[in-house]
Amino acid sequence: MNKPLRRIAIFCGVLIFALLARTNYLQYVKADSLNTRDENRRVRIERYAHERGNIIVDGKSVTGSAETKDSDFKYKRVWKDGPMWAPVTGYSSQAFGATQLESIEDGILTGNDDQLFFNRTMSMFTGDDEQGGNVVTTLNSAAQKAAFEGLGKKKGAVVALDPETGAILALASTPSYDPSTFAGNGGDDTKAWQSLLKDKDKPMLNRALRETYPPGSTFKVVTAAAALENGLYTDVDEDTKSPLPWNLPLTSPPQPLPNEGNIPCKNASLRKALRYSCNTVFGKISDDLGNQKMIDEAGKFGFNKEIFTPVRSNASVYPEDNRPQNAMAGIGQASNRATPLQMAMVASAVANDGKLMQPYMVAERKAPNLDVIYTHEKEEFSRPLSAENAQKLQSIMETVVKEGTGTNAQIPGVTVGGKTGTAQHGVKNSENPYAWFLSYAKTDSGSPVAVAVVVEDSDATRDDISGGGLAAPIAKAVMKAVIDSEK
Amino acid sequence: MSVVTNTTTIGAINAPSRRNTELMMMVFAIAISVFAYANVGLALDGKLPSGMFGYGAGLILLGGVAHLVVRKFAPYADPLLLPLATLLNGLGLVLIWRLDQSERLIRRAEFLYGSYSPDAPKQLLYSAIGVAFFAAVLMVLKDHRILQRYTYISMAAALVLLIIPMFFPPVNGAKIWISVGSFTIQPGEFAKILIAIFFSGYLMVKRDALALASRRFMGLYLPRGRDLGPIITIWALSILILVFETDLGTSLLFFGLFVIMLYVATERTSWIVFGLLMSAAGAVGVASFEPHVQERVNAWLDPFGKATMAQSDQIAQSLMSFGSGGTIGTGLGQGHSDLIMFAANADFILSTVGEELGLAGMMAVLLIYGLIVERGIRTALAARDPFGKLLAAGLSGAFAIQVFVVAGGVMGLIPLSGMTMPFLAYGGSSVLANWALIGILIRISDTARRPAPAPAPSTDAEMTQVVRP
Repeated sequence: MNKPLRRIAIFCGVLIFALLARTNYLQYVKADSLNTRDENRRVRIERYAHERGNIIVDGKSVTGSAETKDSDFKYKRVWKDGPMWAPVTGYSSQAFGATQLESIEDGILTGNDDQLFFNRTMSMFTGDDEQGGNVVTTLNSAAQKAAFEGLGKKKGAVVALDPETGAILALASTPSYDPSTFAGNGGDDTKAWQSLLKDKDKPMLNRALRETYPPGSTFKVVTAAAALENGLYTDVDEDTKSPLPWNLPLTSPPQPLPNEGNIPCKNASLRKALRYSCNTVFGKISDDLGNQKMIDEAGKFGFNKEIFTPVRSNASVYPEDNRPQNAMAGIGQASNRATPLQMAMVASAVANDGKLMQPYMVAERKAPNLDVIYTHEKEEFSRPLSAENAQKLQSIMETVVKEGTGTNAQIPGVTVGGKTGTAQHGVKNSENPYAWFLSYAKTDSGSPVAVAVVVEDSDATRDDISGGGLAAPIAKAVMKAVIDSEK
Repeated sequence: MSVVTNTTTIGAINAPSRRNTELMMMVFAIAISVFAYANVGLALDGKLPSGMFGYGAGLILLGGVAHLVVRKFAPYADPLLLPLATLLNGLGLVLIWRLDQSERLIRRAEFLYGSYSPDAPKQLLYSAIGVAFFAAVLMVLKDHRILQRYTYISMAAALVLLIIPMFFPPVNGAKIWISVGSFTIQPGEFAKILIAIFFSGYLMVKRDALALASRRFMGLYLPRGRDLGPIITIWALSILILVFETDLGTSLLFFGLFVIMLYVATERTSWIVFGLLMSAAGAVGVASFEPHVQERVNAWLDPFGKATMAQSDQIAQSLMSFGSGGTIGTGLGQGHSDLIMFAANADFILSTVGEELGLAGMMAVLLIYGLIVERGIRTALAARDPFGKLLAAGLSGAFAIQVFVVAGGVMGLIPLSGMTMPFLAYGGSSVLANWALIGILIRISDTARRPAPAPAPSTDAEMTQVVRP
């Protein structure tokens, strides 16, 4: 019986060997791929095991981390003034993922980014608890506060840029939401998340970057730039030879393009036309230049492409269209669409003597030990107009604020240029219009700030809504906040 | 019978008893367990666990009693079997205690049953009863050949144990449990031993008929048709187990046990070939119509598939547990093997070994099991009687198959079944039965290594003396 017994011993050895081979395969060969599977909760347990790095504004963090109870995810994200900062930071939820800076800069914030490899290796030796790095933003807390409080209970958005660098100084969107309410993964978090999703006012929509509005009369700044750049007019004070009424091309019976009220638009100069916001003059300019030249000029300001700040902003649209529609698009109507960020870029390009800087909101990334591992270098986006033409445009925009529709934006001792807008929307313009205002401020040392404000769906009556009335005071408050904080 | 060939390594006359070696190994086994216990406490709470003294004392007491019983009643027994079993039992207690501290499992129990009670104290109690069983086997069973008398009684008892669970509700799909009140028994664990006793008794008598009366065909000795009776009966029985208890592991265990013992008894390779063909045919046949078996097979083939994950993510969780353990593991108390949730401390306890002790720990644990099997087969080789040989071979083979079926299932090597890792896993039946199994092996090895009694002085010795001193 011993011969078969020895064979049985070999057989049992083979069984054990198969198990040994399998455990080597699982724990050595396949270990990494098993470890990084989506189904593997350990990935997320590890992710939330340490305090998350913070997003910094003006040297103070607007975020934090809180220890959770009853969860294997140890830390969750919390925000200070969540609704005010949510359009900047986005959210980071254990249950519902992350967006915007919280998502894009996740590697730095969790400390898992390759740039932090050295740091991680060091802390392994020193035994320090791993920590996430910080993301330093370009935002200006005073300007953000002015923007957020200026919008108040109204629906709308504010974007403020530093024209010389492209730094985003304010980025507000209302109604907003508090990302702290659903940062965990408990029942309350789910309830908060679902009620936000159901909310008809769409509080989680980032209106500053992701909503496109008809820009209305504020787009006339772009049309004026196109006229100057293409040599249609060389002097902002020369007669534009525009008739009144002016009929939209190719319409029969001829359909006149109406102005808002009885304003002196016949043969008005560009200065006068912008000051009174003459639809006839700018409609005619757009038609005279043609669709392609308008598309080209709008494109130089950033239209028709997504902008990454690094948070993605939807593409604004200057449409390819027929003559009457192109004329309408030239005054910011028809299917012309722009994000508030886009219009702030328009104002900033004019203020920066024709140089449009790439807008950005991440100034620095810092390792957990506070070493700076990334610094943003300012970068030119495009040159939509020459310095000479830009100064001409500045001069007429300053007239708008001095004695035109934008007087509400005046700041004593500071030169302000701007443009109001009232864009119609809805079937047969039945809904409340959007009130727009874009502006910039100039001091002796250049232009520190350019702003775009949009207020939608206001409770005020239709006649009262105009960029000058609703939006200009908010723009003024934001500009003032920036200028004051620079002193 | 070709007995006394190359077995001199063990069966020599006047061999040392090796009891002191065993004692040293016992100290080692208990020290490792207590150290592991301290390790868990330090990892979880940053301090030595409060139950450490009680636990250590309990383990020393159990190990000490077992050792003393062996010293007294089986002085020539194999010195490794007891320490190996003690080490596995001790490590199992640590792992169960570690999973008792899991907040996730506590929350789950409170949610499902409204209350939570730790399993480690119960397992310590089962271990005590198991060691008592072990001691009883050694004290009562002076010679393993006595078991030969109970050949058919064993068979009847084993059949009853195997059939009863069919009348109880399934647990996690498999009907391998008897539940009386809050108490559950897994009778398959005991049936395993009884069936090995029956096969040994039966085959010892019938083996010549099975071995010699055969025709040669293509290099294989084919048994006569009427000699196929027993193997077909056992095969049918294991198929019935598979159909009615829907547990592939139990079925495989019994059929494999029979084929191994048949082969050892008859020395005919043809039985192995037959056995493999029959078990393959049976498994495939049953899997084609039995939904629970199909489910298990599908879960094995595609553990991360949508359909599998919707049913149960246990295998996927187990695989990820092994993966995250990596080469050296997370350290005791620092893994997340409790994500397996159901049966994390029973069928899936090996996943905790894999995650927290890593590849290194897994290799060690698997080799400990391998060593137990090796010592068992060595005992079979050394045994002087055919019954003892068959029984030791059967018990070791069953142990090896069980380890393979459970570990292979948990590691995704073969479809999962409802058995547990001997000694390591939580469960009274398993601990009791396996201590009894080790007891029997120790009894056989003691008989095998015991020096032959000194020849009785011959009465007419003086008459034949040629030279007087």
